[in-house]
Formats: sequence, structure tokens, C-alpha cells
Amino acid sequence: MTVAEMLAEKPANEVYPDAPAIRFENVSIGFDGKSVLEDISFEVKRGETRILLGPAGVGKSVLLKLANGLIKPDSGKIFVFGFEVSAMREQDLYKLRDIIGTVFQEGALFDSLTVRDNVGYRLTDEHVPEAEITERVTEALRFVELEHTLDKLPSQLSGGMRRRVAIARAIITKPSLLLYDSPTGGLDPITSTTIIELVVKQRDVYKTSALLVTHRLQDAFTMVSHQFNKETNSMEPLPDHQNDPKTSFLVLHQCRLVFDGSTHDLVASDDPFIKEYLS
Amino acid sequence: MPIASLDTTAKKGVAAVQDYSLLSARALGNLFRRPFYYADLVNQADLIGVGSLPIVILTGFFLGGALALQSSATLSQFGAAAFTGQLVSFSMIKEIGPVITALMVSGRNASGMASELGSMVVTEQIDAMRALGTDPLKKLVMPRIVSTIVMLFFLTILSDAVGILGGGCVAVFMLGQDASQYLHNAYQSLRFADIAQGLIKPLIFGFVLSTIGCYYGMNTRGGTQGVGRATTQAVVVSSVLIIASDFIIIRLMIGLFGR
Repeated sequence: MTVAEMLAEKPANEVYPDAPAIRFENVSIGFDGKSVLEDISFEVKRGETRILLGPAGVGKSVLLKLANGLIKPDSGKIFVFGFEVSAMREQDLYKLRDIIGTVFQEGALFDSLTVRDNVGYRLTDEHVPEAEITERVTEALRFVELEHTLDKLPSQLSGGMRRRVAIARAIITKPSLLLYDSPTGGLDPITSTTIIELVVKQRDVYKTSALLVTHRLQDAFTMVSHQFNKETNSMEPLPDHQNDPKTSFLVLHQCRLVFDGSTHDLVASDDPFIKEYLS
Repeated sequence: MPIASLDTTAKKGVAAVQDYSLLSARALGNLFRRPFYYADLVNQADLIGVGSLPIVILTGFFLGGALALQSSATLSQFGAAAFTGQLVSFSMIKEIGPVITALMVSGRNASGMASELGSMVVTEQIDAMRALGTDPLKKLVMPRIVSTIVMLFFLTILSDAVGILGGGCVAVFMLGQDASQYLHNAYQSLRFADIAQGLIKPLIFGFVLSTIGCYYGMNTRGGTQGVGRATTQAVVVSSVLIIASDFIIIRLMIGLFGR
């Protein structure tokens, strides 16, 4: 059976039920003769959230694009829900991406479309009736508390609002995997906390597998030390200084993965780079 | 130049031709794959075709007039001023109409395509589109190529007609020639080969200018500066290729029809 036939038969995340959400196996990539990522191997299990840390320019966004199949590695294999995205045809990747939501660094909203058309882009492409699109877009925007911006253009929104719209666009089809590329980059601390609260809400309410890239330690530690309370509709610290067991870390440095483990292991690490990075 | 640099430059050139060919082939291959973005096709046809009408009409009219003025001055030295209509219609239909219309549309639309697509590339909108499960070659490139080919065909016919009209106005009102004689000469001397040449050219030129505009747009690198560079390159390369392909088409037509 071909990949296209498998994807046509049932949702991509149900074809290989035991496969992890993401698996990298010895992945390397470079541009213009310069190595960017070398021998990267890690896993994101289903329902797990992994935070990828590293200094600016280390290749975090490249790694995220590799996971989405937007670029191909020079060597190694990448699997998403058991499908080898590093070897798939572009046509099949479009189908697989039905279950992947991506939040880009600057939002990457379509600047000539309204917020409604941006958020409902996938639904419009699937020829969903207009009334249903409006209803589902409003629901997704309510999740990010921006339902009043339906008819606005991206240029009429602030940076933080654009990121929230990007999150709404990513979650509207209730994806099984979310890829966040520095969702709080360049934002003020208050807006960053609002965005992180949405990420935590998505993690705790929908239990979506996620890979989040950031270079802001504060955001990363907020995510592991907080949970979302559905009753109060707000984020609150976990009791007794606990950490979320389903959220763990990856650290990139000089093209390589130098850490893969829990919050406790990260803080206790003897690696000189990690120590300096955390200090 | 060191051998290593020559090697790298040659590889880059070959890779660029390969990328261009792949983009063109994939975009046209998408014509036969679902979903078909009909609304985008109509929107682009409106932008490219209707939007280019004023410049095509104005340039066509004044070029026809200029041709009539220039040719009648030369023809009258041999007592053949009556053939002004024939010369204007020949020139407009076989050469000037298709080439100038394509260059005008290239200046307006190849640059527009490169800057629009280039801006989308540098702001990650193209990546976002792919991540949302839409093929940008199908959604953005294919409608631009198809609508440019179709609309340039009709714009060229319009430019030819307006050019002959402009030449006629000059011949009648400025040079005092007979309107019936002008139109009779302009019409009677045309053969199938002339019309065929004038109608094949815009199809090729439309393909060249749209694929070049889209290629440079989709391969934009380096922020807003890169968008500016892509826009300039798209216009320069498409203009040169239009004139080069014009030469090749003429040679083929002469070989095929003998004129």
C-alpha cells in the first residue's frame, strides 16, 4: 500500500498507533557548505511536550522545518507519526500536514487576508460551508481571546495579537502535533506570558503533542512549572514546586544536541555550556 | 578566475536552469491536478489583463503612429507612400505588437510577481502555506502563468489593432493619405504566416515572462533587499529572454513558412 493510499484510508496519526509523534535519527543538514545540524537524534512521544532550547542562530527553526518536511535533511531519517517525512513526496506531505499545526516565528499570517480568512484558510481550502467556517474560526479565536478581530487585517494587529491569531490558525483543525517556532520571540514579558498560557492551555486541555522552540528560559520554566485550570480559565503554578511530567527539554549547541531529558536533569547538568546558559 | 570558482559558478548556473525548469513543469503539471484554483486564475487574469489595458493601448497607438510617420517619410522618397498601411500592419502584427506588449507586461507584471511572491517568501508566508497543506506552485504560480499566457495573447491582438489604428490616424490626418487605401493595403497584404507568427509569439512570451517572474519571486533570499534584487532581475532577465526568443521564433517561422 502506498503512502497516499494509507493517508486516504484513515487519519495519519492512526496508521501507526505505536509510533511516536516525532523521531529524529542521526539527522544532519548544512547550507552553502556550512554544517547547521549534526547527528541529531531524539523523540517526542504522543501527548508529550518538548522544549527545544539553544542560543539564537543555532538551528532551532531549521530543526522545526525538518520536522514538518519543509526542508529535507542531508542525511538521517525523520519520522512523524511513523511516516518518514524525510523520504516522502511533497504531495503526500500535504496530506500528512492535515494533522500538524505550525506556529511560525513572526506568525507568518497572510497579509492580504483578514483574520477570519487566515484562521479559516485550511477550511476554505477544504470547501467547508461558509457558515461552518465562521463558527469554527470564532471558536478558535475565542480560545486565544481574539474573537473581536474577525474582520481585521494582520497589519491592524499588534505583534502579540498576530502570534495569537497564528496559534488559532494552527489549532483550528485540532491537530495531533503542534510545532511552535519561538512563539514569544520579540514580545514583551506580559504578552509572552499570555502566549505561554495559551500553549499550556492547549497542552493540558487537548493533550496535543508539541515541539516548542525558544531561547527564552523564563518561558520554558513557566511551561514546566504551571498547569492550566479549566475551572478558573487561567494558568496556575503546579503544587509543591512540581514540574509537569509530560514536558521535557532538548538543548542545541554548536550544531549538536547536548541535552535530552527532564527539567530536574537539566538543572542538575554538569555540562559547562548548559550551566552557563542557565545562569 | 580560479578553477574552483569557475566550477562553482557553472554548477550554480546549471542548478538555476534546473530549478527554473522544475518550477515551470510542476506549475503547468498542476493544471491537471485537483484542487483547481479557478478564483485565483480569474483574479490574476483581471490583474494582468485588465490592469495592463491602459499601457498596452497607449503604447500600441503611439507606436503605430510613429511607424506611419517614419515609414511614410522613407517610402515617399521612392514614390511609394501609399504602402504605409502595409508597412505599419506588417510591423505591428509580426514584430512590434507582440514584442512591445510583452515588454510592457513584463515591466508591469514580471516585477509584480517577483516582488509579491518574494515578500511572501521572506515573511515565511510560502512556508506557512505549505505547512497548511497547500501547494504554492498550484495556488500561486500556476494561475499567474496560465492567466499571463491567455491575457497576453488578447492584449497583443488589441495592441496590433490599436497600432494599425494609430498609424491610420497619422496617415489620414497628418500625412493626408486616403483612409480606404491605407486600410486596404494594411489588410490585403497580410498572409496566414504573418498572422500565425503574430499569434504564436505572445504565447511564448507570456510563458517566459510569467515563469521568470515567479522563479525569481519563489527563490528570493535576504529580506527586503532580496525582494528588490529579485524584482530587478525578473524584469531584466524576462526582457532579454523575450527578445532572444523573438529571434528564434522568427528564424523558425522563416524556415517553416518562408516569410
